[in-house]
Amino acid sequence: MTEPDATGRFGRFGGRFLPEALMPAAKAVEAAFREAWADPAFTTEYRRLLTHYAGRPTPVTECARLSRALGVRVLLKREDLAHTGSHKINNVLGQALLARRTGKRKLIAETGAGQHGVATATAAALLDLSCTVYMGEEDVRRQALNVFRMELLGAEVVPVSSATNAGTLKEATNAALRAWVNETEEAHYCLGSVMGPHPYPWMVREFQRVIGDEARAQCAELLPTAVPDVVVACVGGGSNAAGTFAGFVGTPARLVGVEAAGGSAVDKGVLGVLHGFTSHFLQEESQVLEAHSISAGLDYPGVGPEHVHLAERGRAQYPSVTDEQALRALRLVTRLEGILPALESAHALAWVVDAAGTGELPAGSTVLVTLSGRGDKDVQQIREHLR
Amino acid sequence: MSVAVAGVAEHLKAAGRPLLVPYVMAGVVPDWVELVREVAAAGADAVEVGLPFSDPMLDGPTVQRAAARALDRGARPRPLLDELAGLDAGVPLVVMTYANIATTLVPGRGVAGFVDHLAGVGVRGAIVADLPLEESAEYRARAAEVGVDAVLLAAPSCDDDRCREIARASSGFVYCMSSMRITGEQEHLASSARANARRLKAMTDLPVITGFGVSTPAQAVQACADADGVVVGSALMRVLVDGAGVGAVVDAVAGFRAALSSASPGE
Repeated sequence: MTEPDATGRFGRFGGRFLPEALMPAAKAVEAAFREAWADPAFTTEYRRLLTHYAGRPTPVTECARLSRALGVRVLLKREDLAHTGSHKINNVLGQALLARRTGKRKLIAETGAGQHGVATATAAALLDLSCTVYMGEEDVRRQALNVFRMELLGAEVVPVSSATNAGTLKEATNAALRAWVNETEEAHYCLGSVMGPHPYPWMVREFQRVIGDEARAQCAELLPTAVPDVVVACVGGGSNAAGTFAGFVGTPARLVGVEAAGGSAVDKGVLGVLHGFTSHFLQEESQVLEAHSISAGLDYPGVGPEHVHLAERGRAQYPSVTDEQALRALRLVTRLEGILPALESAHALAWVVDAAGTGELPAGSTVLVTLSGRGDKDVQQIREHLR
Repeated sequence: MSVAVAGVAEHLKAAGRPLLVPYVMAGVVPDWVELVREVAAAGADAVEVGLPFSDPMLDGPTVQRAAARALDRGARPRPLLDELAGLDAGVPLVVMTYANIATTLVPGRGVAGFVDHLAGVGVRGAIVADLPLEESAEYRARAAEVGVDAVLLAAPSCDDDRCREIARASSGFVYCMSSMRITGEQEHLASSARANARRLKAMTDLPVITGFGVSTPAQAVQACADADGVVVGSALMRVLVDGAGVGAVVDAVAGFRAALSSASPGE
């Protein structure tokens, strides 16, 4: 995967579509990131936190029973074992260090499932920053425990709704961007995925590429072929997939990003502009639609610009799976491996389960799946659906 | 000079008084086109017509509610624009919207399709709130070709060089953002409003019009000590979303007009 061009684009997608009031702030984030990412003092501190605080490297787990059941060899990259329970911590530690470096005293974040919110609140606590997390009202209801976790960590959680929409990740992002307009002087916007205005899609991928780089090295040790045949990750905005793909884009591995059926922006989206970038968005008559998924983390009507670019180039494919497929896969993996995946990750697993069944994944092939997070946060949701 | 042949700037300069640009959300009430006409007759020098968008990044609660009300009524940008065709309000209409609408209004034609459509229905200017200088080259070029003025916003956070560039690239007028806030009523006019207007006035011959948070006639007068005029949005839309009729909006516009005109020695 490459750096975006000077306008912040991956091919036709990306850019910086912001109100003039936010342009200086976004440019300052880019300048600060470029400088920090080239500064060994910054990257050393970042890597130290990843190792001694976040618990990296996360292991790759060979799924013996699932592999036998499916007839393909399944390896899981265990981001669920990172501190706070998902890959989100990789990105927020980087951004929180960046905020501190640029003298900001506050983090603003949006969250869907709450994983990014919890991670941001955690990094804020660690680095003595204040933190406000915007969360859709519907998600506040669905993820009550994560709301409580954020509050325990000292963050303020602001429930968001709008007159026309239910209040999920899209509304939360609108609110966070509006808050950033009002607070550019003191606050860093800690965006949670590979979306938003340049440099966020690129910067977040760079903070997440640790997933792919580690997995690539781990696969080289584990596999006689060194590289798995297929690399799979779920895609909402697409940060865990972007980080994972970054490690394998230069290999022959087939890259598969799995979207939720009710949020399949790569496939069903229309070229447009939302939240500061141009990409594919679910929309009708110029109005952006709400995505619908059992997983709050995949409830986003768009997708990171680099993913659409990879799709357009034919380098990655983006199938989608339904809530039911995800739940079925979740139950199967939990029973067979003793690992409860997050509902987001269950989408990636569902594609593997079904593709193995249909023969789209040839018998005997090797599949690496990024398990982006653990399912503890989703237990209540899962229970409601499986009962 | 008639509106039809003049650009927005020429029309505004010809007004020779502190300029009043009321904002009306298209589709907010069934007879919104009539509201535009009445607002113009009540003393507007141009009318800013908002196109409702599901995700308005720069708008505060009041304008969000106005947009939601329009969308709930089933109003959509393209048919709304078509309703404006043939309206002779006597003053220029300037559409305000977001980049997604500008990009998708005419499928497959991008921003060129948008400005062509504006020109086709007689709209004289456009403001696309999240299409900054760097992303606006194609839009500005096409707008110039078809005679639609592309109004750019200058924020207090811009440095002088950037402000100068924005002023140079803008046409029709320069939109002076009063403060680093989203739209919405404020108790006091931000101190940055006058400073930003003064800075812009020194950089351009175009009218400089201050918006964001201009909430009362007194604040409008205050803002016009440095700016050529004001945009008034939330204060008018609140009247509607709180349930009053269009007559109350027209009265409010007349109130702003009276205050601005009596404060002007030239009137």
